[in-house]
Amino acid sequence: MDTVFFVGLLSLALIKATPLALGAMCGLLCERSGVINIGIEGMMLVGAMTSFLGSVIFNDITGGTLPKTVSLLVGLLVAMLSAGFIALLHAWLSIQYKVDQIISGTVINLLAVGITNFTANAYIDPNHLSGVGVFTEVEIPILSQIPIIGPILFQHQPLVYVMLILVGFLQYALFNTRWGLRTRAVGEHPRAADTVGINVNRTRYINVTLGGVLAGIGGAFLVLESVGRFQKLMTTGRGFIALAALIFGKWTSVGALLSGLLFGFSEALGVRLQLGDVNELQALILLGGIGVAVLGAVWVILKARRRQEDKRSMPLVVGTLVVGLAMVATALLATFPEVEIPIQFLGLLPYILTILVLTGFVGRAIPPAAIGRPYEKQ
Amino acid sequence: MKSSDQDPLESLALQVSGISKRFPGVLANDKVDFSLARGEIHALLGENGAGKTTLMNVVYGLYKPDEGEIFINGNQVEIRDPNDALAQGIGMVHQHFMLVPVMTVAENLMLGHEVTRGLKLGLLSRVDRQKVSEEIEALVELYGMEVNPEAYVHELSVGEQQRVEIIKALYRGADVLILDEPTAVLTPQETEDFFEVMRSLVKQGKSIIFITHKLKEVLAIADRITVLRDGAVVGMTKPAETSEKELAAMMVGREVLLRVEKKPAQPGEDVLKVQNLHVLDRRDQPAVRGVSFIVREGEILGIAGVQGNGQAELVEALTGLTKVIEGSIHLKDSDVTHARPRAFTETGAAHVPEDRHKHGLVLSYAVDENLILQTYYLAPFASGLNINPRAVDENARRLISEYDVRTPSIKTLVGSLSGGNQQKVIVARELSRDAPLLIANQPTRGLDVGSIEYIHRRIIEKRDEGVAVLLVSSELDEILSLSDRIAVIYSGEILAIIPVEEATKERLGLLMAGVRETQESSQAAATPME
Repeated sequence: MDTVFFVGLLSLALIKATPLALGAMCGLLCERSGVINIGIEGMMLVGAMTSFLGSVIFNDITGGTLPKTVSLLVGLLVAMLSAGFIALLHAWLSIQYKVDQIISGTVINLLAVGITNFTANAYIDPNHLSGVGVFTEVEIPILSQIPIIGPILFQHQPLVYVMLILVGFLQYALFNTRWGLRTRAVGEHPRAADTVGINVNRTRYINVTLGGVLAGIGGAFLVLESVGRFQKLMTTGRGFIALAALIFGKWTSVGALLSGLLFGFSEALGVRLQLGDVNELQALILLGGIGVAVLGAVWVILKARRRQEDKRSMPLVVGTLVVGLAMVATALLATFPEVEIPIQFLGLLPYILTILVLTGFVGRAIPPAAIGRPYEKQ
Repeated sequence: MKSSDQDPLESLALQVSGISKRFPGVLANDKVDFSLARGEIHALLGENGAGKTTLMNVVYGLYKPDEGEIFINGNQVEIRDPNDALAQGIGMVHQHFMLVPVMTVAENLMLGHEVTRGLKLGLLSRVDRQKVSEEIEALVELYGMEVNPEAYVHELSVGEQQRVEIIKALYRGADVLILDEPTAVLTPQETEDFFEVMRSLVKQGKSIIFITHKLKEVLAIADRITVLRDGAVVGMTKPAETSEKELAAMMVGREVLLRVEKKPAQPGEDVLKVQNLHVLDRRDQPAVRGVSFIVREGEILGIAGVQGNGQAELVEALTGLTKVIEGSIHLKDSDVTHARPRAFTETGAAHVPEDRHKHGLVLSYAVDENLILQTYYLAPFASGLNINPRAVDENARRLISEYDVRTPSIKTLVGSLSGGNQQKVIVARELSRDAPLLIANQPTRGLDVGSIEYIHRRIIEKRDEGVAVLLVSSELDEILSLSDRIAVIYSGEILAIIPVEEATKERLGLLMAGVRETQESSQAAATPME
C-alpha cells in the first residue's frame, strides 16, 4: 500500500464522515437543549429528497439559463428549510404536546420514509427526473498544495468545508457564547434556567429547528455532492450512525466529527475494498488496528484525566493501545495471502463498528441531565 | 448600598397586600398581607402546603397572582417573571438549588444575563468568565463568604452550593433575599455559620425573608414572624413575645405536643446485631466502613448524621436491598447477612424507607393494595393464585381508621394523597405486621408538625410494646427526643454511641461534622456499647 492509496482513503473518509458529522450536530443541538432526537435519519432523508427536487425543479423553471451551481444552492436551501420544518414538527410534538420524544422521533422517521417513497414513486420515477449534477470541487489556494495534508483536507466539494467550519464553530459556541451557556443550562437544569429568566421552551424550539436545518444539509450532501440524484431510502441508517457518533463523541461537535471519521474511514475502506485494488485481509487488520488503537488512546486519556482512582484497569487500557498499534504495524509490514471477502460483509463494516461503540467500549457517556423530559412550569 | 440614601418614610423594602393564588382545586394563598422592613429578617412560618413557597414564587414572578398587589420601596410594581423580580432587587434562594452542576460558579452566576466581551453578536457574543470571576471575588470579599468562582458546582458541598446561591442573588443586585428552607440541608454547625451570614447581610443593609417550618430557628434569628396556615395569614408576632408551643399551635391550628412524652426504656434481649459491616455505594466506593452496633428489645437506637454519610447504604444492607461486602447481620437468632429482602420481612424487620415515593409505595396503586405489599402472597390475602378482595378490603379499612389515614376511599391512588397521609400508609403497613425490629429511616422528612407528632407517638408506642427500633434521621431534634441511645455516623463509620442523657446538640453536632472525641472525654462521657 502506498501513500497515494492512503491519501485517497483518508480523503474519502472525510467525505464519508461529512453527512455523519452534520447529522451528529443536529443531534447535538437537540440533545444539549434537552430534546432526544432519534429522527435525524428521517430529517436527513427528507433533506436529501427536497434538495434533489428543489434543484431539479428550479433548473427546469429557469430553463438551464443560470449556472447549475445556482440550482444546486437552491436545492440546498430547500433541503435546509424542509428538514428544519420536519424538526419543528418534532419540537412541536415533544415540547408543546409533551409526546414521548422517542415516539415522536420514530414518527418522524416513519413519516419521512412514507413521504419520500411516495414522492419517488408518484413523481420522480414516472417523470424520469435526473439530477442537475453535483457541486464541483473547490481547491483552497496554497493550502491544497501542501503534500499529503492538502489533498486530504483542502481539495473537496464545498459542503465538506461547511461541515468543518460548523464543527469548529459549534465547539466554540457551545462553551463560550451566551447561546451555548443557555442551551446547556436548559438541557441540564431547565428550572434553574427558568428562574434566571431564560425561556426554556423557546430555547428548545430554536435549537431543535436549527438542528433540523443541519440534518437537512447532511441529507443534501448525499445528493448534491455524492450521487447527484435521489434514491429511495438513500440515507441507509446514516442518521442513526450519526447519533452513535454523537454519543461516542460525548455530546461535543469535535468528538462527533472524530468518531464520524472513524465510521467514515470504515465506510471508505469498504468502498476501496470493493474496488478490489488492495489486499482485503491486510486492510481489515489495518482498520481493526487503527480502531483498537484509537479506543485505547481515548481510554488512556480518560483514565489520566480521572487521576488516581482505580489504577487496576490501567494494564488492560494500555494493553488495548499496544495491541492496536501492533496490529497496524503487522498490517503494514507483513505480506498476506489473497482471500476473497464477500462485498456484503465489507458493507457491514460501519454498522458493526456502531454496535461495538454503542455497547460501551469506552465507558459510559453521560448525556445532558434533563434529556427526554418535557419542561413543566410546576 | 442602595438602601442608605432611601427616604426613611419608605422603610418597607417589600409589601404585598391581598395576594390570592388558586390552583385547580386548591386556594394556595388567600388574601395574604405581608411586609418586610429594610434590614429585617422576617420569618415566614407554616406547615408544608401552607402556601409559603407559593407566596414567595408570586413575589419572585414564577407564579402570576389571581389578585393582590406588590409594592417595592413604596411603589406598586408588576412582576411578570424572575427577570422583573431581579430588576426590582428581589433575589430568591430556592429549596432545591437552581445551579447547573456541570458549570462553574462563574457561569452559573452570569447565566441569564451574561457578561460578554469582544464583538457584540447578541446571543453569539463571547462570555467573559474572567470579568465575572473578578466581580465575584469582590463580592466574596465584601460579605466574607468563601467561594471559588472557577470551581464546578458539582464539586462543591451542599453548604458551599448554598453560599453560591446567595452570592448569585447578591451578584444580581438583590436587596431583598428570599431564602426557602435554607437550613434543611445543613448540619447544626453549618446552620450556625449560615445564621452568621444572614446577620452580616442584614448589617450590610439587605432584607431577608426566611421561609422555614423549624420553630427553634425562627426564634433564634428572626426579627418578626408571620405564620401561614392553609394559605392565609394566621398571625404576626416577634420572637420575644411568643414561644415554640404557641407558634406550633398557630401553625397547626390546635395544641401540639412538641416533645414526645416517654417513659425510660426497658431494654430486653438483643434483636439486631451488626458486626463490622462493610457496604459499597452505587459507584462501588466504600459507603459503610466497619460499623458495629446492637439494638435491643424495647429501645430506640438513633443514628444521627448528615445525609450521605452511609446511612442510606446501611439501611439498604439491613433490609437486604444491597450486598454486604464484609461483616455480619443477625436478626433475632438467624444470620441474615446475605438474605434476600423477603427473608428480612419474614424474619421480622419492618422498614419505613427514606424515600416514600421510590421505595415505600407504589404510587399508581390504590391505598388498599399498598397496604399488602409484603403480605399479598400470604393468607388471608391470597387464596391459591387469587387475591381475596374481601380480606384486602377489610385490612385496609381497619388500618385506615386505626392509623388515621385521611383518604377519600381505600381505592384512592396513593400518589394523590398528601405526604403526611402517604407516610401514614407506610407506617400502618409496617407497624401492623408485628415485627420485632422496626427500621425507620427519616420517618418524618418533609412532614408537617401534626403528622410528625403522630408518627413519633406511634414509634414510642412500638418501643413500649417491646419492639427494637433503629431510627435513622438527620434531624437532631428528632434523634434527641426519640432515641434512648444515639450512634453518630460520619463518612461510613460510627464515631460514638452515647446514651441520650449524655448527648447535647453541640456534642452531636461536632461528631456529625466528623470531629472525633479524644479518648478521655469519650470515656468520661459515654458508656461504651455492651
